[in-house]
Amino acid sequence: MRARVLIRPKEGILDPQGQAVEQALPALGFDGVRNVHVGRLVELDVDDLSLVPQMCERLLANPLIEDYEVVEA
Amino acid sequence: MKFGVVRFPGSCDEVDALLACRRFGEAELLWHRDRDLRGVDAVVIPGGFSYGDYLRAGAIARFAPVMGSVVEFARDGGPVLGICNGFQVLCEAGLLPGALLPNRSLRFVCRQVEVVVENRDTPFTRACEQGERLSVPVKHQTGRYFAPGIAPEQVVLRYAPGQNPNGAQDDIAGVCGPEGNVVGLMPHPEHAVDPLTGSADGGRLFESVAMVAVA
Repeated sequence: MRARVLIRPKEGILDPQGQAVEQALPALGFDGVRNVHVGRLVELDVDDLSLVPQMCERLLANPLIEDYEVVEA
Repeated sequence: MKFGVVRFPGSCDEVDALLACRRFGEAELLWHRDRDLRGVDAVVIPGGFSYGDYLRAGAIARFAPVMGSVVEFARDGGPVLGICNGFQVLCEAGLLPGALLPNRSLRFVCRQVEVVVENRDTPFTRACEQGERLSVPVKHQTGRYFAPGIAPEQVVLRYAPGQNPNGAQDDIAGVCGPEGNVVGLMPHPEHAVDPLTGSADGGRLFESVAMVAVA
C-alpha cells in the first residue's frame, strides 16, 4: 500500500524557510496568510503500514527537530 | 600517533583534514565501506556533503559500515572529532546531543570567526587555555545548533560575542558527548593550520589529541 509521510519542523523551532515564504506571498498580493511552515513529503509503497512510524523515528525524520504524520494514500 | 580520516562519497574536506593531522602525527584515509579502522588512535569525520546530504545532512552517512566501527571505537573511549558535516553525522548517529538546522539567514555562510574554548577537558582542546580564542573559518548552510537541555560542560566551543554566523543556540559552535571523547564542531580547524591561510589556530585541536596520545 502507498504511504505518505508528512514531515514538518517541530512547533516552536524557528523555521526561516516558512518565514521567507510567508513574507513572499503578500508581495504577490496574497494577503491573509499566516503560520507558513515548509517541510518534506516522503511517499513510499510498503507491505506493512504499521512499520512506517518506526521508519520515521529511525530515519525519515529527526524526532528532536521534526514532527511527522503518516497518511495512507 | 595515527589519525584516521573517514572519506564518504560527497566528503570534500578529507584531504585538508588529512594534511592537518599529518602536521601532528601519521594519518590515513578510511573508506566509508571498510569496517576496519586500521589501528588508528583517533578518528576524524570531515566536512562535505556525505551522500549528497539526502534526506537530512548526515542522516544516511551514519549507516555507512565504517560508522559501526566508529561508534564502537567511541564507546571504548577513542577520540572522535566531527567537523561540519562530520558534526552532523555524529549528531545523527547519537554520539553527540542535538541537531543542526538550516542557518537562520537561510544563506550559506563562509567567513573567518573567532571561537572561545569553553571546555578544555576533551582530547581535542587539552592544548588550549580555558577561554582561549581561536580564529577559524566556517562554511555551511546547516549549522544552527539546537540541543534543548544540553549540559553546560558539554559545550566545548562558543562563537565569540557577536560572531554567531548561523543562529546557533547560546552561540554554541562545538560540543562533546557525555564522556568528553567525542567532539563535534561547525567551524573548520583543518582549514586553519598554516599562517599562510590567515590562521594556524585550528592546529591546536589536532595538537591536543596528539599530545594526549604521547602522554
